[in-house]
Amino acid sequence: MKITKEAVENVAKLARLSLSEEVVERFTHELGDILTYVDKLSELDTENVKPTQHVLDIKNVFREDETSESYDREKILSNAPVSENGCFIVPKVVE
Amino acid sequence: MDLNKLTLHEIKNLISKKEVKVDEVVAACYGRIENIDDKIGSFLTLNKEDALRSAFDIQKKLDNGEKLGSLAGIPAGIKDNMCTEGLKTTCASKMLENFIPPYDATVVKKLKSQDAIIMGKMNMDEFAMGGSTENSYFKKTRNPWDLERVPGGSSGGSAASVAADEVIFSLGSDTGGSIRQPASFCGVVGLKPTYGAVSRYGLVAFASSLDQIGPLTKDVEDCAIVLNAITGYDKMDSTSANVKYPDYTASLVNDVKGLKIGIPKEFIGEGLNEDVKSAVLAAAKKLESLGAIIEEFSMPMNEYAIPAYYMIACAEASSNLARFDGIKYGYRASNYTDLLDLYKQSRSEGFGDEVKRRIMLGTYALSAGYYDAYYNKALKVRTLIMNEFDNAFAKYDCILGPTAPTTAYKLGEKSENPLEMYLGDIYTVCVNIAGLPGLVVPCGFDSKDLPIGMQLIGKAFGEGTLLRVGYTFEQNSDFSKRKPSI
Amino acid sequence: MNRILILVKESLAFRIERGDYKMNYEIVIGLEVHAELATKSKMYCSCSTEFGGDPNTHCCPICTGMPGVLPVLNEKVVKYAVKAGLATNCEIAHYSKQDRKNYFYPDLPKAFQTSQYDLPLCKGGYIDIETDGNTKRIGITRIHIEEDAGKLIHDEWGGDTMVDYNRCGVPLIEIVSEPDMRSAEEVRLYLEKLKAILEYTEVSDCKMQEGSLRADVNVSVRPFGQKEFGTRTEMKNLNSFKAIVRAVEAESKRQIEEIEDGGKIVQATRRWDDNKGYSYAMRSKEEANDYRYFPEPDIPPIILSDEYIEKLRLGLPELPHVREKRYVESFGLPEYDAAILTNSKYFANFFESTAAFGVSPKLISNWMMGDMSRLMKDKELEPDQIPFEPEKLSKLIALIEKGIISGSIAKKVFEKMFETGEDPEIIVKKEGLEVVSDEGALKETVKKVVEANPQSVADYKAGKAKSVGFLVGQAMKETKGKGNPQLLNKLIVEYLNK
Repeated sequence: MKITKEAVENVAKLARLSLSEEVVERFTHELGDILTYVDKLSELDTENVKPTQHVLDIKNVFREDETSESYDREKILSNAPVSENGCFIVPKVVE
Repeated sequence: MDLNKLTLHEIKNLISKKEVKVDEVVAACYGRIENIDDKIGSFLTLNKEDALRSAFDIQKKLDNGEKLGSLAGIPAGIKDNMCTEGLKTTCASKMLENFIPPYDATVVKKLKSQDAIIMGKMNMDEFAMGGSTENSYFKKTRNPWDLERVPGGSSGGSAASVAADEVIFSLGSDTGGSIRQPASFCGVVGLKPTYGAVSRYGLVAFASSLDQIGPLTKDVEDCAIVLNAITGYDKMDSTSANVKYPDYTASLVNDVKGLKIGIPKEFIGEGLNEDVKSAVLAAAKKLESLGAIIEEFSMPMNEYAIPAYYMIACAEASSNLARFDGIKYGYRASNYTDLLDLYKQSRSEGFGDEVKRRIMLGTYALSAGYYDAYYNKALKVRTLIMNEFDNAFAKYDCILGPTAPTTAYKLGEKSENPLEMYLGDIYTVCVNIAGLPGLVVPCGFDSKDLPIGMQLIGKAFGEGTLLRVGYTFEQNSDFSKRKPSI
Repeated sequence: MNRILILVKESLAFRIERGDYKMNYEIVIGLEVHAELATKSKMYCSCSTEFGGDPNTHCCPICTGMPGVLPVLNEKVVKYAVKAGLATNCEIAHYSKQDRKNYFYPDLPKAFQTSQYDLPLCKGGYIDIETDGNTKRIGITRIHIEEDAGKLIHDEWGGDTMVDYNRCGVPLIEIVSEPDMRSAEEVRLYLEKLKAILEYTEVSDCKMQEGSLRADVNVSVRPFGQKEFGTRTEMKNLNSFKAIVRAVEAESKRQIEEIEDGGKIVQATRRWDDNKGYSYAMRSKEEANDYRYFPEPDIPPIILSDEYIEKLRLGLPELPHVREKRYVESFGLPEYDAAILTNSKYFANFFESTAAFGVSPKLISNWMMGDMSRLMKDKELEPDQIPFEPEKLSKLIALIEKGIISGSIAKKVFEKMFETGEDPEIIVKKEGLEVVSDEGALKETVKKVVEANPQSVADYKAGKAKSVGFLVGQAMKETKGKGNPQLLNKLIVEYLNK
């Protein structure tokens, strides 16, 4: 099952990637090849097979409801590309 | 005596006998690094000032007769996708070019608590996506055995630095073979532990259900020592296994009599380089001569391991890498019109091609209408693969085979065709899918004198058996002792 | 002809004004309520959940989504969610898991929210509401746990938005109702009941003004009798019960009028502007969000045994409807009073604590439903903010019961208590508000008042008994309300008869 150029563009939108025309072409090709290969999986009958989400048989991993000191704000903002007044800054969001 | 050329256990011995000082060891390593790393390119960031200070402190403690950790004074390299507080952690990506984590990964904390010396951060494929370290944004790493060739990936820098005696051991990460394949290409010992044995807290996530951190060392004994230091339950990681972890050095026994070792037919069939095949089969024969019982068997599900792997890995990666959005940390584009544009430009400019490709693949696999056919299907195939391994381990104590279909190829040789690159993972991904441990031990050289590593696969938490087989083989051969001539 | 046209026009205008439509419509409403759980620490890390605080001071690498971090689930979150489910008659899942909901937004640092998709902790419950003397059952589809996002602060002047992650990672339960409500009134009753239940179980402090209780409303309309639901719209940003009621009324009206005009309802998310009193369609996101849900690989599943669930059930407090019944049976309160008092845990607790001092429950109820509620509304106080302890109300009532102060004086004292929180006995003593029953002093007043009102005297002599009442009133004024009205009445009559 190959992938269409339009599908590639839609996926790029979902993933917040901006791809040039040239890259879209190339990806359509490359992803198409990979997906054709992945189609191999449909050879297997998995009707009665349960999906394995976790390889380890672990359950109920909990922590106690206890607080500990938060990080210094400076540390939290130390890698921020743009920050001001203790906040991360983004272009105006219109809701 | 070139201290940097010694093994971990040899240096430990010398230090404890006070025949050698910590700063001498560290100086020897930095000397070597300064000498050859411009040719090899293992390191992205050096931690020299800190390392020298640590060396001084540790030596002082030693002089005072204080009790020290199991890795006291041992120079280590850390793959650059593990967070080190105050020390740049880039994942070899433009996206994190200047990222300085405010916290240490659990494994880093453990190494520090055992008094290891962190020499620097090692080069890798961007966000651990790749099999040759050619996808690094910053530089290529070259194989110490032949500088025109790749060291393997994604833990290329970690493997090369150990092979070249720049560090005594390294930590790498393995999602589909990223410790094992470079170990094989560089002629060093590499171990991917059982999923859950080593905490992932602080490892920049690629594929959450597949990632594991493990050691790259000069021999099997070193591997056991490092493994002791990094395994253990961590309450910061909900997927950490809360079991009793043994002293892995107790498995360093030169004896494989009666051990049943299975070789999957599919692993020595078509597509495998002849030299690699010979070396691996010869290694099996060696083990047989030492008393192991070798048998061929079939693992038909392995044919589906790569497609299943790529669906699972890319889907999880697409979600794990979504946090790189130019807002809280990392690369932010300089020209954007609004928020949407900020996201798109930052991510497109910050990520390399392979990363983008996998994000696209993963996003597609999870998207509406495709989830069942791709992601969920892959999870079901995972069940089938795990069942097949369960059946195998009912009969065998461990599984033996090649690590990669070839030895180290030339830089640039495979980078044009992504699918071809993916097919190189044919013997390693099934191990990650099933969450099992895999150990790579040097077992030969090809006609061009390039290293070949054999892979030993064990049942969950069966590292002990793997170490025993690896150690026995090592004690009865000398492949691990050979070093590149650089 | 013209006259007929005018008549027709007028009657049409009249019809539309009166809200007459071409057919009868049924309004269908469903609610998605988010309640912040009252845990001390966040859902996946040990940062504090405390409200307020300088931006980004309750944060760590985990709740700000830094590279390499991993979540560890706070067990209290599971317990509280299960309690909420038990209190709303839900079935508790023995096997449940968390899932990632993937989308990009600045308030979401990981670019995914860890929530629950197909296997929520609770499902298939209900809340009963009393409407017009009938009990109506509102279904609860599901309750699931998820983490809250950060806050966006929009800069008034600049072109930027500021992001604060303090709230990021605070645990929430999302309570989804069946589309069983048919009027804004039912919505209000449902919300009040739900809030009371959450308060009683102490699962959330339900402070809408602090954002710990939020509701999204789904509204659609359909002609009466039609089986299919109409297209629904979703409204967000509703910050008070009043706003929710207004929004529901406005939106249902808008939809009906749209249909009447021959238009179609567009499925959209609308933002309610409470100041302006209308909603507007939000800037459409480029495409409907594909959240690409998949099971959270970093968190193992939640498997609850019968024992675990039963232990939580046994730990449930007395729920509102049970308490209401008890008030009717044990305190002898009318159903109406019981319903209002038990609407809020704090209110009910206050009532019972006051009653414990032995004063008349009905009187307590009257004070609480009357003057107390009025003053709380005026001063914008919540039931947990009553500015004095129950004992003080009991003392006030005791003063009245003993006849030490009059009813009207009591009202004044009560207002003082609201201002200062002072003990009523002290207020009364300080300001000398005791009822004056000293005949000697009163006789003076009586004399003064009668002499000042000759007309009243004449009226009385003429047989108008009502004039006594007037004179008593004047005497009360004279004594600044402190006179004993019965005694005054007696004395005035005596005096007039002299």
